[in-house]
Amino acid sequence: MASTRNQVLSLYKHLLKEGQQLSDYNFRSYARRRVRDAFHENKTETDPQKIQKLIGKAVENLDILKRQVTVGKLYGQGKLIIER
Amino acid sequence: MIISRFYVRSSRLLKNGGAVISRAVQTSSENNAANAAAEKLEIKKELPSQNRRPLYLDVQATTPLDPRVLDAMMPYQVSYYGNPHSRTHAYGWESETAMENARKQVASLIGADPREIIFTSGATESNNIAIKGVARFYKSKKNHVITTQTEHKCVLDSCRVLEGEGFDVTYLPVKQNGIVDMKLLEETIRPETSLVSIMTVNNEIGVKQPVADIGALCRSKKVFFHTDAAQAVGKIPVNVNDMKIDLLSISGHKIYGPKGVGALYVRRRPRVRVEAPQSGGGQERGMRSGTVPTPLVVGLGAACELASEEMEYDCGRVNMLSKRLLDKIMSNVSHVIRNGDPEETYPGCLNLSFAYVEGESLLMAIKDIAVSSGSACTSASLEPSYVLRAIGTDEDLAHSSIRFGIGRFTTEEEVDYTAEKCIEHATRLREMSPLWEMVQEGIDLKTIKWSQH
Repeated sequence: MASTRNQVLSLYKHLLKEGQQLSDYNFRSYARRRVRDAFHENKTETDPQKIQKLIGKAVENLDILKRQVTVGKLYGQGKLIIER
Repeated sequence: MIISRFYVRSSRLLKNGGAVISRAVQTSSENNAANAAAEKLEIKKELPSQNRRPLYLDVQATTPLDPRVLDAMMPYQVSYYGNPHSRTHAYGWESETAMENARKQVASLIGADPREIIFTSGATESNNIAIKGVARFYKSKKNHVITTQTEHKCVLDSCRVLEGEGFDVTYLPVKQNGIVDMKLLEETIRPETSLVSIMTVNNEIGVKQPVADIGALCRSKKVFFHTDAAQAVGKIPVNVNDMKIDLLSISGHKIYGPKGVGALYVRRRPRVRVEAPQSGGGQERGMRSGTVPTPLVVGLGAACELASEEMEYDCGRVNMLSKRLLDKIMSNVSHVIRNGDPEETYPGCLNLSFAYVEGESLLMAIKDIAVSSGSACTSASLEPSYVLRAIGTDEDLAHSSIRFGIGRFTTEEEVDYTAEKCIEHATRLREMSPLWEMVQEGIDLKTIKWSQH
């Protein structure tokens, strides 16, 4: 169980960190919000099968995020008027 | 019809930004006569400077491509380029597998069978195939089509074409709240009616039609029911069996998918036949010839799957942000009217009329925010939107309406900024307006006889 906990926490941290690298303001805000909400929503999950499924999804999303951060950097545009 | 404020992406050549160019300038050496005409019609497009990009609140026009969707598409843009209709080699098979998977994803979002999904280039094409296709196929027996006055231009225009071919078309009026009158619809259906086409969610005022009731009515009268669900699919639950829908149009770029792709649902049981407008190799069950663009349909499929996974979450967000924007504006500016029914609506589409404020001036004042005016404007004539006219909005209110679009990627910050700017500028513009002064003095503007000009 301890290893699962560590794995989940590590994924959470990595997803948040990677999400902050997105160059688009809207995508960046969405990534942070969505990752937080998804982890909070499932934090009481006890079914090991479901947990494994969610972990799989998180890993997949982390890969997507890494690739899309790169793509975003290649074609990055300017900042929005409300960004500092 | 809606003229969106349109920003060309700041190019590298225009680093300083703020430069005003019109298309006429770009093509000046080519054709002077055409340019003179173009110049008249062209709205000056001001490029935002590098780090002052406007906020995007126009998701009814188009949505940004979700990075997760792009990620699904990329392999088919760069590696798997086979023609999905190639039968003789692996390049074709891998593309075909991806296409069929996408078909399943689209079908499952609307509760259909994958064999009932036809890929098209967008909702406009889907609507064309559905309306012209059904009407023409059943022409020998039935020659009447029913639609509403608030439909999208492509539906209305397809109906106009049918009228030219000798069909009888009824353009139903809608009630003041934008919703179709079921009793009137029932009375309008005749034995020779072949098709009823009514959109699920209106693109200008966000009103939701009672699709399930319309479906049940049409089924009982043995009339085919088509609905343009471009603004509804993926945002509100749609099920073609529960709602008894026979044909349904989907657009990719309204659901965070790629532009240039859409789908048409065509019921198999009871079977709906259509006469294909486009001739060719007979792809997509002969209804839409032409090679299916694998990367685009993969993107559409991914967008549909995401939409069904995220619908609850997105809905909660959109509801909250819409309420936040509406409450902020309503509590700080008086005489703001919400167009369309306040209950039966998709909250992500908020159409507000700021009375005694000239809509175009307000739009110019809040150019930090990409929104649409409810009014269609060409430089020659300032005509209010036909949708607002159909719901009986006063001419002056129709001119002062703005559509705010809230979607998956809209933030609280953006909504707050938008509300503040609207409050600030609506108040400022009113203070400058003699009409507003008269209203403050208690003069009813409707009683004034304006001199002819």
